[in-house]
Amino acid sequence: MTQTGPRAEQALAGAASGNVLLEVRNVAKHFGPREVLKHISLEIAAGEFLTLLGESGSGKTTLLRLIAGFEQPTSGELWMGGERLDTLPPYKRRVNTVFQNYALFPHLTVQENVAYGLQVSGAAKSEIPGRVNEALQMVKMQEFAASRPAKLSGGQQQRVALARALVNRPKLLLLDEPLSALDANLRKQMQGELKSLQRELGITFLFVTHDQDEAMALSDRIALLKDGSLEQVASPREIYARPATSYTAEFIGQTNLLRTYIKDEVATCGCLQWASTLPGGGALFSLRPESIHLSNDAAASSDAVRFLAVVRQQIFSGSSEHLELDAAGQSLRAQIPARGPLSGEHEFWFSPADAVPVRE
Amino acid sequence: MYSRAYKWIVSTPPILWVTIFLLLPYALMLAHSFWLVRDGMIAHEWNLQNYAKLFQNPVYLEVLFRTMRIAAGVTLLSLLLGYPLAYYMSFHAGVRKELLYQLVIVPLWVSYLVRGYAWKTILGSEGVLNGFLQYIHVTKEPVSFFLYSPFAVVLMLTHIYTPFVFLPLYASLEHIPRNLVEASHDLGAGSRATFFRVILPLSLPGLLAGATFAFLLTLGDFLAPLLVGGPSSIMIANIVQSLFGTAYDWPLGAAISVSILLLTISLLFFTERLEKRWSFR
Repeated sequence: MTQTGPRAEQALAGAASGNVLLEVRNVAKHFGPREVLKHISLEIAAGEFLTLLGESGSGKTTLLRLIAGFEQPTSGELWMGGERLDTLPPYKRRVNTVFQNYALFPHLTVQENVAYGLQVSGAAKSEIPGRVNEALQMVKMQEFAASRPAKLSGGQQQRVALARALVNRPKLLLLDEPLSALDANLRKQMQGELKSLQRELGITFLFVTHDQDEAMALSDRIALLKDGSLEQVASPREIYARPATSYTAEFIGQTNLLRTYIKDEVATCGCLQWASTLPGGGALFSLRPESIHLSNDAAASSDAVRFLAVVRQQIFSGSSEHLELDAAGQSLRAQIPARGPLSGEHEFWFSPADAVPVRE
Repeated sequence: MYSRAYKWIVSTPPILWVTIFLLLPYALMLAHSFWLVRDGMIAHEWNLQNYAKLFQNPVYLEVLFRTMRIAAGVTLLSLLLGYPLAYYMSFHAGVRKELLYQLVIVPLWVSYLVRGYAWKTILGSEGVLNGFLQYIHVTKEPVSFFLYSPFAVVLMLTHIYTPFVFLPLYASLEHIPRNLVEASHDLGAGSRATFFRVILPLSLPGLLAGATFAFLLTLGDFLAPLLVGGPSSIMIANIVQSLFGTAYDWPLGAAISVSILLLTISLLFFTERLEKRWSFR
């Protein structure tokens, strides 16, 4: 069985791609009177990198703990690969977890930590050293095999935790804010390594974070949670370009929320007006700062919304300028390519296609 | 930096305390152990015959070994009682934790003597236990070996020292991060494997501290044999007590005390090193 390396796993996972691996069916979780998760339904495809994104208290960690088996759902079901998951104890689930503070066993060496999962699940004794070594190699930690966790840095502990969770070849790997304890540089580096590891192994990753940049950088899809409900589930590009709600638009990236009134297929917000096919009445639009252009810089399209605005504040950030605009009382944030100091009134424009209608 | 006067004021009381109540008595005891008794008077003549007596007269070693057997029994029994209790309270008691903790602590506030006499009334031939056994017709006559036996000493001391074993054990179990238990389950270990591979190894320092308490406290006990032990369970401290009292042989008593002290110190030294090796934080 020594042939079943990462590559073979990848081939298997590749064949199953597109299949649903994990199904969260209408799951709710109450802690006493507190409703932490409110009827969540979610499907995770085999081989996918899905991120649960949300502020603290949004229920993302609770959902992860339900899937790991550390908590029981109040109602609803979990299914994995056609099997009921939520009735199984954690040690019978083919799910492994990378804990937020790594949770390495302090009395065991790196090697023994990684071997733990194989030993307790009854892997053949002859097979264990090879697989432990393979896992340590994967995270480049072989030289620390005999060290105790207390002797390792945060980044190194992180790698050991990853190796320990992967050595059992789980179908699904859960990662609970695994990078939050690392400093910024190491974090970027680990993000890259996590992503390439996931591609190489083809294991499904369910990643929990409160950091939207991290979610954008790593995920195939992002599931945004707010107060125990799913706000939107989509790819990073889609969720950024087409936020479904004002919360999503503001949580992921920066945006201008334009409160408009629509009448006769024309949306009006102060001095701004553009054509919209939405039904009449109030409507909310999200317009990203980088969708606003300076007329002198870029030629406007024919249907562009042009407006005059006073530059109230300008912050230079290397490649771009962040502007605070005042368009006849409507304040707007704009991000334009770096172009030197601006003052007074200028003409700006945006394309109506970039103003995305969002729910409240 | 602190002034000289401040340093003097702060350090003098503890230095005085240690000198008057610890160093001086120990020095006196050590000196006595090398003197002898002649014509009912302590003669200040330096010699080693007290220590020689310890090995020549088999009674002393016999009693010492019995004392250690009783101490080992008390240690083992209080671990067998204390560990499951501490484990249950730390991992499964939930909201009852606080109440149970108080219930374990409360007996510590009751006088040692009161608890000793309680065992006398339970185990005696007219006692509660014999009364009950006769009432349910298990025995016809009062059973006499309950009281005045090494068994009674072990029972009484186990009852008294179990909280001392429980406390460090409970503290070390409480210190185990719960996500280690979750990690163990997550990696495929059931409750049994998790206990033996994670919880037990991480609680060893507490277990060792508790066992040391029970063993050493029993080693120095002299009241339990007096109250419930009888002649068959005389312990080493009883001998010391009588040598300093009615037998009036302070030098021999001091020699035995010094020997027990050395035994205790080497035991503490050994367990201290083990505890260090077993703690990983």
